[in-house]
Amino acid sequence: MLKYLTKRFFLMFPTLLGVAIVTFFLIRVIPGDVVELRMGGESGAVSQEMLAKERARFGLDQPLWKQFVVWVGGVARLDFGRSMWTGAPIWEEIKLRLSLSLQVAIMATVVAVLLAIPLGVLAALKQDTWVDYAVRIFSIAGLATPSFWLGIVFILMLLIVFKWLPPMVYTPFWQNPWQNMQQLIWPALAVGYRYSAVATRMTRSAMLEVLREDYIRTARAKGLVQKLILSRHALKNAMLPVMTVVALEFAFLIGGLVVTEQVFNLNGLGLLFVQAVAHRDYTLIQALVMLVSGCFIVVNFVMDIMYAYLDPRIRYR
Amino acid sequence: MALARPLETVEAPPAQSGWLATSVEFCRRRPLGAVGAAIIVVMFVVALAAPVLAPYDPQLVDFAAMLARPSPAHWLGTDSFGRDVLSRLIYGSRTALIVGFVSAFVGATLGAVLGVGSAYFGGRVDLYMQRLMDIFISFPLIILALALVAILGNSIPNLITAITVPMIPRCALVIRSSALSIREMPYVDAARAAGFGHSRIILRHMLPNVMAPYLIMVTAFLGQAILLEASLSFLGLGVQEPLPAWGLMLRGAAVEFAEAAPWMAIFPGVAISLSVFAFNLFGDSLRDALDPRLRTQ
Repeated sequence: MLKYLTKRFFLMFPTLLGVAIVTFFLIRVIPGDVVELRMGGESGAVSQEMLAKERARFGLDQPLWKQFVVWVGGVARLDFGRSMWTGAPIWEEIKLRLSLSLQVAIMATVVAVLLAIPLGVLAALKQDTWVDYAVRIFSIAGLATPSFWLGIVFILMLLIVFKWLPPMVYTPFWQNPWQNMQQLIWPALAVGYRYSAVATRMTRSAMLEVLREDYIRTARAKGLVQKLILSRHALKNAMLPVMTVVALEFAFLIGGLVVTEQVFNLNGLGLLFVQAVAHRDYTLIQALVMLVSGCFIVVNFVMDIMYAYLDPRIRYR
Repeated sequence: MALARPLETVEAPPAQSGWLATSVEFCRRRPLGAVGAAIIVVMFVVALAAPVLAPYDPQLVDFAAMLARPSPAHWLGTDSFGRDVLSRLIYGSRTALIVGFVSAFVGATLGAVLGVGSAYFGGRVDLYMQRLMDIFISFPLIILALALVAILGNSIPNLITAITVPMIPRCALVIRSSALSIREMPYVDAARAAGFGHSRIILRHMLPNVMAPYLIMVTAFLGQAILLEASLSFLGLGVQEPLPAWGLMLRGAAVEFAEAAPWMAIFPGVAISLSVFAFNLFGDSLRDALDPRLRTQ
């Protein structure tokens, strides 16, 4: 077990390094660079000399491999450098938006879990009845509806039916929780519905599988009431794959709400990413991708370990 | 994973009795899938017959009829340039279907070849291939597609490429796991003993046997590709004006004038959702029909 754990742990690093390499070189293929965009944006005509001087300031005149080594060296010390566009430390730029993105991600996860688990269990218990079909249609529709459009529909409904618009300026939760909730509940609902679809389907199939296990029959045979069988025996065992799906999706949610943030005018990590790409802000793009992919890789690792720990039937080499 | 239903209710694969009988059987056993298939057929007909069906030229600007509400003249109203929403929706189905089909097929096919190759060669090749796929899967779909569009520039073929690339590793993973068991089959051994080359064994002997998961991946990707195209176009990074595309129709004015002209924001979204819904519904039923073992995924 310990051997598997260490092996699995150290396997994360080549993947992270790979992500770093792909990101680093991919964004440098994008035509145009930050210096050109920044200088050109202000006056239009800037001498080649000035451009070269600016590039040298960011180290962009160095050979690519050297730039890469310097950057990875910084990342290893958790120093992501400064934004090439604003000049502020990357961490400052991310910190500003992280709390908002994290809050929406957490709220959407809560919405998704609250929808998915009861619906999934219900569908599994009533397999192949109209209840099951209704849940299936509901969840497939969730997968099919773009959450950014659902967001537009929410705003429209509030506007037309209640003549009310959610506040468009972000208030931190600690300042005014009520105001904050009024704004963020809508994106959380729109994203949470879509996200619940995957979890509902997983809950349903995991429950179906577990309900056929011998220990469920044993529990029935010894006369346990249905409620106890479900909560103590079935649900507990079915939760493992559901948790995996929820956790992996959560990792992507932190930085992947690129489009939904646009609709709700939220200044989160997704919007920051789109701006960073538009500005060719290499250091910021690199940091954001590493953050999101890193989260995904770590969550993946943690879930693998949880599996081995929680399910004694799984033993790894 | 275990079967999701008791054995006796899992249907035996239908005997070889022509595609007509097979599809009738499919509709009877899987009404939801049949509904999905029907919507897809309608979409195809609409896309093919767009010039006949559309009441107006989708790019025709008419400032006299700006933001007109739905009426007999414009069934679904007009947008902020006075263009007919219904006509743009009808022509938009072409964009959605082309982008969806090309990227789903190319993505799933490349993924299948990589997956089968990885399983066939095994050992070091497999190990490195898996690591490589792990790397690409760690990028969120939209972020990788966004970066690719930024690199390649805006055009439909580039958009298709940007949507295809993130699909490849996801398909390769699924196909590889099915191909691993096929590699151990006696007929693969026999082919190897007969002295056939690697490419022949992979293409002629192994690929046809991963058809079921391949088709499942294609239908699953179709919906995702249409959604991704809509998202990118909505961000202004996909299809460009004045070409009609559903995601693009939701951009800008649709949100600005949402209160005055809600039809601009509602109908394109319904079109996206309905088409992706149909592909998912059909794909789900196809999965159940083709491979009961995969039902739980």
